[in-house]
Amino acid sequence: MIEANHIIKSFDEKIILKDISAVFDPGKTNLIIGRSGSGKTVFMKNLIGLLKPDSGQILYNGRDIISMNKKELKMLRREMGMLFQGSALFDSMTVLENVMFPLIMFSDDNYKDKQKRAMFCLERVNLKDAGDLYPVEISGGMMKRSAIARAIALNPRYLFCDEPNSGLDPKTALLIDDLIHDITRDYNMTTVINTHDMNSVMNIGEKIVFINEGEKAWEGNKEEIMTSSNIALNDFVFASDLFKRVKEVENFINGEG
Amino acid sequence: MRALQDLGEYTILMSKAIAVPERWSVFFKQTAKETFKLGVDSLWIVIFISVFIGSVLTIQVSLNIQSPMIPEFTVGYITRETILLEFSSTIMCLILAGKVGSNIASELGTMRVTEQIDALEIMGVNSAGYLILPKLIAFMAFIPILVILSMFFGFCGGYIIAYVTDMITVAKYEYGLRYWFNPFYVWYSMIKSVIFAFIIASVSSYFGYNVKGGALQVGKASTNSVVMSSVMVLLFDLILTQLMLAK
Repeated sequence: MIEANHIIKSFDEKIILKDISAVFDPGKTNLIIGRSGSGKTVFMKNLIGLLKPDSGQILYNGRDIISMNKKELKMLRREMGMLFQGSALFDSMTVLENVMFPLIMFSDDNYKDKQKRAMFCLERVNLKDAGDLYPVEISGGMMKRSAIARAIALNPRYLFCDEPNSGLDPKTALLIDDLIHDITRDYNMTTVINTHDMNSVMNIGEKIVFINEGEKAWEGNKEEIMTSSNIALNDFVFASDLFKRVKEVENFINGEG
Repeated sequence: MRALQDLGEYTILMSKAIAVPERWSVFFKQTAKETFKLGVDSLWIVIFISVFIGSVLTIQVSLNIQSPMIPEFTVGYITRETILLEFSSTIMCLILAGKVGSNIASELGTMRVTEQIDALEIMGVNSAGYLILPKLIAFMAFIPILVILSMFFGFCGGYIIAYVTDMITVAKYEYGLRYWFNPFYVWYSMIKSVIFAFIIASVSSYFGYNVKGGALQVGKASTNSVVMSSVMVLLFDLILTQLMLAK
């Protein structure tokens, strides 16, 4: 479980995060949603320790990341996996070498076992035949899947995904969502996903935190999001024609239209 | 003020980079890879430039000191001194600042903007140590080989001119090369080049590692790294010459 308590963060006297508190549960896909520039990326960077908040607490199963020393932070980071927006695969390595990288750096297993584990992770994301290819030789969806395989190589307790669907077609995006969801459930990980893709929200949003102008404006799940009366959330959710229509149909069925 | 901030950030980055590697096996593998990329891949350009500069130097000296008062072997002597003292260390390092420096800055810059460095940090890897230290060690270890080769092929360039033209005889050129030889100059040149190699690799790493933005900024960092490395090489050339040769 990850707990963020009263997080405040500012840059050059401009307050970006205004006293945000949230709890992210294990075994669930926890989504942080919000408009571009709402502060969700800054919030995630604070969660993973790439940025330090001005005040507040971030607890990983009770361990405060902010007060950790270098060594403790390093140990905690070995329990984290991260899927970056652009995949962040190492260009100079093949897909298999990318997945093996965290194992080579931190696992004491012999080379054969590391290779076996990497192959298992690649199979888990349906990429067992792509091991010898370089990142430039594979598609965007395959890159995301390779990055997921790398992120889960060390069996992390916490998985972070920054815009996992950006640049993907809707079908591939759904595949990635389902994969993240299945992995989260299978390994009981605490998964935090940063997104503004409403399809993802409706597909895997087991817990949703909505951030608006640096504040937590709403919290709930995918069932509750459609019926919320929060104005800022409704502006965000029903910004697209598709979801507007869904709302109209829902209202019609409920006899409100 | 900005220069002081840069100096501070450079020092912090170097203290992060020069740390005990997390995995020695990975460090040795990376260092071998960098040795090939930064050193072995520079062999041809070093040889090519050295042969031509050695040749041109011999022709220039020969054309400019045609006087009965100056012995003919002086051509070989001046060629040797110029190559030993300045060309093979300083000028060659300025050329390598362009090739190696831009390579390092653009590689690290691209890794930064594509979040590959962030990925290393999230994994708990000391990204500066993993990426920069092997480059420093590899380039500093290989540069004396490049300097020695540059000296040898520079002399060969002059030899070719002596052999194919009648500007100077081969025997007098060879005599000039051996005349009043001070072996310390070879050491001086190698010591200088090792320091220059550190400057080129570390300054370029600093500019590449700290890129913020996109492709445009990566290009800018690459250019800035070459300019700053060259300026620092010249500045340290002055300081080291004063320290090591001035009586």
